[in-house]
Amino acid sequence: MKPFQYTRLSTEDLSLGTTLRDSTILAGGTNLVDLMKYGVEEPDSLADIGKLPYAQIEESDKGLLLGALVTNADTAYHAAVKSTYPVLNKAILAAASSQLRNRATNGGNLLQRTRCYYFYDTTMPCNKREPGTGCAAIKGFNRIHAILGTSASCIATHPSDMCVALAALEAKVHVLRKGETIVIPFDQLHRLPGDQPEKDHNLEPGDLITHIQLPAEGFSEHFEYLKIRDRESYAFALVSVAACLKVSQGKIADIRVALGGVAHKPWKLKEVEKDFFGKEASTENFQSLAEQLIQGAQGFGTNDFKISLVKGAIVRALNNALNPS
Amino acid sequence: MNTNLVHFTLNGEPVEVAIEPWTTLLDYLRYHQKLVGTKKGCDHGQCGACTVLIDGNSVNSCLCLLVSLDGAEITTIEGVATADNLSPEQQIFIEEDAYQCGFCTPGQICSTIAMCNRGEINSEEELKDWMSGNLCRCAAYKNITKAARRIYEES
Ligand SMILES: Cc1cc2nc3c(=O)[nH]c(=O)nc-3n(C[C@H](O)[C@H](O)[C@H](O)COP(=O)(O)OP(=O)(O)OC[C@H]3O[C@@H](n4cnc5c(N)ncnc54)[C@H](O)[C@@H]3O)c2cc1C
Ligand code: SF4
Ligand code: FES
Ligand code: FES
Repeated sequence: MKPFQYTRLSTEDLSLGTTLRDSTILAGGTNLVDLMKYGVEEPDSLADIGKLPYAQIEESDKGLLLGALVTNADTAYHAAVKSTYPVLNKAILAAASSQLRNRATNGGNLLQRTRCYYFYDTTMPCNKREPGTGCAAIKGFNRIHAILGTSASCIATHPSDMCVALAALEAKVHVLRKGETIVIPFDQLHRLPGDQPEKDHNLEPGDLITHIQLPAEGFSEHFEYLKIRDRESYAFALVSVAACLKVSQGKIADIRVALGGVAHKPWKLKEVEKDFFGKEASTENFQSLAEQLIQGAQGFGTNDFKISLVKGAIVRALNNALNPS
Repeated sequence: MNTNLVHFTLNGEPVEVAIEPWTTLLDYLRYHQKLVGTKKGCDHGQCGACTVLIDGNSVNSCLCLLVSLDGAEITTIEGVATADNLSPEQQIFIEEDAYQCGFCTPGQICSTIAMCNRGEINSEEELKDWMSGNLCRCAAYKNITKAARRIYEES
């Protein structure tokens, strides 16, 4: 690991505002330290946010406020998450391993970087790691790569499970920017690669995620998080689906479908969901929604299988959501 | 020298150390403290051989920077037994023949202790999922699972 300066931030430091801009934020370190060991990230200085006051989960009538420093495990097992937001509980517990979830924080989970093999391999070209060098994945081995929202510069996916559930729930992210809190709707946090794949998200240097706001509606009756992967546990998603439904007399009153493993951000299209409000909650309609949601999907060789896989997964997840086990 | 001060307890003993910030907990345990019960398998969070307990929770020590553990209570496999007595978890691993070469065993045992501390296992699937963060190259999984189940039931 390349040597670096280390600062442990205190609440008083925050008011100075300057410390974060020139440093890389360290939370649990389960992604950042790994990338530093590979030489993919080589920060000159780390700002450890572990002692900042964002390690609580607060309940209110507007929903649940998840502190950025609460661990993924403490979030998943929180009583209100289990009872009101079971899709989030299921998505978090489908991720990584018990040890990693015990250390990984909510803020770090949101900003974890892609698992593209070429991004990790510093001997290979990668526009995300080194802009302008090219993308080794497009004509390479791309089994885990994106089929939607890709660009000629990058076909990486966002690897988080938690984020797929947060997208479905339409959570909001609280960010401390230059001393002010701004609120970002979840679908505007991450971005598509376009011609700037080095940017995973829309935050600015120095921005600090403080909380994730869950809305009051948690879809606790009809939900599913379906993760399809190469082994049953301790593996990233090939594709995943977070499905939330509200059903009234057999008709869809609300429907949310977010996809993981298929794009540079959790994939969700509100316009498509709205088209199905009032329609029958049937397999035929779920199939039609799946078709519309993945319209334009394109494989790159070894990931072509994801197109039919995700279509089937959407329908299965929605049917499971009708009758959650 | 570029060092930072950090305080924690290690197997019950208070420690204060000035350390280079890029030192991982795993390297500190093995190379500075000579506590070599904690193993280095992959060094990238992918095998669980380096699992130790921080405040009662299992974590991969290869991905923790020691400097970030100020105030933590760290327990390694050397700290789970008392004097000459094995811990109940260690005893059950022996009784159930839950290892072959033993390389993964310290991490496996730390994971079972954390599993009992968390107390969230409601099915065989959940138990297997909890333990899936500890790979075993000898594939002693059948008896590891049996031992883990007994440890959880008897905790
Ligand atoms: C072997 C392995 C398997 C895994 N499997 C899965 C899986 O199946 N599914 C899954 O979803 N994840 C998986 N993960 C990833 C894991 O979930 C992430 O590593 C973890 O969530 C990152 O959280 P952290 O607190 O450790 O972040 P860190 O590593 O500390 O930080 C990650 C990034 O976020 C930034 N950051 C952190 N906190 C903040 C904040 N509050 N504000 C602004 N920026 C911040 C950091 O600067 C850094 O860029 C796996 C990881 C490993 C090592
Ligand atoms: S897909 Fe993106 S991250 Fe992977 S090699 Fe191409 S540019 Fe790099
Ligand atoms: S050595 Fe830490 S997980 Fe493998
Ligand atoms: S007993 Fe040999 S690695 Fe598990």
